[in-house]
Amino acid sequence: MSGQSQRGINFTEGEIFGRGAPDREGYTPPRSGLPAIDPESALPAGTLRGQLEGFPSLSEPEVTRHYTRMSQWNFAVDLNFYPLGSCTMKYNPRINEAVARIGGFTTLHPMAPQEQAQGTLQVIDDLEKWLCQISGMDAATLQPAAGAQGELVGLLMIRAALTARGNPRKKVLLPDSSHGTNPASAVYCGYEAVTLPSGPDGRVDMAQLDRLMDDETAALMVTNPNTLGIFESDIIQISKLVHDRGGFIYCDGANLNAFLGKARFGDMGVDVAHVNLHKTFSTPHGGGGPGSGPVVVKQELAPYLPFPVVAQGDDGAYSLEYDRPQSVGRAHGFFGNTGVLLRAAAYILSMGPQGLAQVAEAAVVNANYIRARLGDHYHIPYPGRCMHELVITDKLQSEYGVSTLDIAKALIDRGFHPPTIYFPTITRGAMMIEPTETESLETLDSFCEAMIEIADLAKADPESIKAAPVTTVRTRLDEATAARRPQLRCSLCG
Amino acid sequence: MEFPKDLKYSKEHEWVRVEDGDTAIIGITDFAQDELGDIVFVEAPKVGRDLKAGESFGVAESVKTVSDLYSPVAGQVIEVNPELEGSPELVNESPFDKGWIIKLKMEDPKELENLLSAQDYRNLAQKG
Ligand SMILES: Cc1ncc(COP(=O)(O)O)c(C=O)c1O
Repeated sequence: MSGQSQRGINFTEGEIFGRGAPDREGYTPPRSGLPAIDPESALPAGTLRGQLEGFPSLSEPEVTRHYTRMSQWNFAVDLNFYPLGSCTMKYNPRINEAVARIGGFTTLHPMAPQEQAQGTLQVIDDLEKWLCQISGMDAATLQPAAGAQGELVGLLMIRAALTARGNPRKKVLLPDSSHGTNPASAVYCGYEAVTLPSGPDGRVDMAQLDRLMDDETAALMVTNPNTLGIFESDIIQISKLVHDRGGFIYCDGANLNAFLGKARFGDMGVDVAHVNLHKTFSTPHGGGGPGSGPVVVKQELAPYLPFPVVAQGDDGAYSLEYDRPQSVGRAHGFFGNTGVLLRAAAYILSMGPQGLAQVAEAAVVNANYIRARLGDHYHIPYPGRCMHELVITDKLQSEYGVSTLDIAKALIDRGFHPPTIYFPTITRGAMMIEPTETESLETLDSFCEAMIEIADLAKADPESIKAAPVTTVRTRLDEATAARRPQLRCSLCG
Repeated sequence: MEFPKDLKYSKEHEWVRVEDGDTAIIGITDFAQDELGDIVFVEAPKVGRDLKAGESFGVAESVKTVSDLYSPVAGQVIEVNPELEGSPELVNESPFDKGWIIKLKMEDPKELENLLSAQDYRNLAQKG
């Protein structure tokens, strides 16, 4: 089953500059009927430019082919398995796209009067309620544009609540396995990021927590299940200890896929959490498109939510509430990334409560299946079952000079996106594999077989793995030189 | 892998070489550069900054990861290796010599006694 990446037609494609011909044109817009304006009289001299030397004049098919060819160098979940750990690269159902394209949503002007935006406001209100139900929390904001922004919004709310109690405190505690955005958000919010060393089993070490959680610590930012794919089974005791010392629990909910419909942040003593719609709720990652990182909170933090807040009046009409004196402010223009919210709402409705719980079951079973199949071929640093993702290392392969990076590149030749590598940083040579629930047994098997073949070759013919990838348009890139001496300017810019 | 005997080491994988009694030259060890892989950027502090022992003074970024740098001793930064901005690879190629990162005027040279010997550091590194 491997070898799916081989293509008969692999286009190389160079820069677009210097191509075409001066008189060649693409699309010409029709005349507008408005009076022509002379730029020289309308704009300051310094802003005017004459001819741009070498700027390409191209036909529409030339432009289309240029970008389409380059897009084929890319990889997508629509092409094959994409087990990028921590990113939950599940398949994005097409029904979501159909819903997000409904004219009543797409043609709504963001400045339209609220009476004309009732449909969109209702979706926001419903989605907030569903996310609260799923997470066991009391209130939500859908404004944050990604998980990282959700973290900042959540910490700002904690800071506001502590300030109202009389002391915002100085530090935020973070397990050493946490995602890099967590300490970054803490520092951005004006806190000192203090590292909490994990225990030998990869979970929060209660003794270390007890030692470090003091009366200057505002919050513990914990990820559950954590980035090693391990459930923080002491979470109730953890929350109790932090609450007893006057701190808050921020839960990074990026890994919610592992217990969707099975367990809730609210029942674990969490005060505030973010969830990633572009992971758990099947909205697309990237492609230039936006993400969405809603934040859910317990009642105590609700007054601090970003404004405006959607409210429903007694007459059933929805409105935007701006009068929120304790709010931490706006986090996003208008209603957040509405197109993403619509996709997530469509997903929740099409799955239903039982469907969502099956997501978690299949995601966990799939990860444990891979774990069981690879266990004889790769070093597995943390014993016991995992949740929705597993971490393996290159310890066995490094004896033959083959590293995690080499294994990742060899997977590309076999048609798979590599897993997340060298993260979490506390595990040497980590490969973090997250299959998600949307993959068939055949796909999981073909991935495992590719991994086993790589492990066998690492021993028998290590050079073949170190040479990978060989089936791509560009083979092994010199990442170090690219980072040390980047050349980011096109030839036109000199 | 090298563990020069005339240096002092920290658990965070920095080395210290003492010059003129109270000047500490600080870099990261051969083991550390090997673990990090190709280093692509070193963020060093400004000259004049006062550092506490154990305080983070910058970061080393490699193709794999980003790692904080910690000062093994307290003191004031008196010089930063000017070569590293253009050639961060010096940390990989010559970790104990051309790849030094900062020089400190030490507050209390007695702090050096808290650091590890080459033998102790080798044991720590090889334990993995
Ligand atoms: C555990 C974890 N937390 C936070 C984030 C940040 O989310 P975002 O990329 O949406 O900002 C990620 C993203 O990969 C993550 O994996």
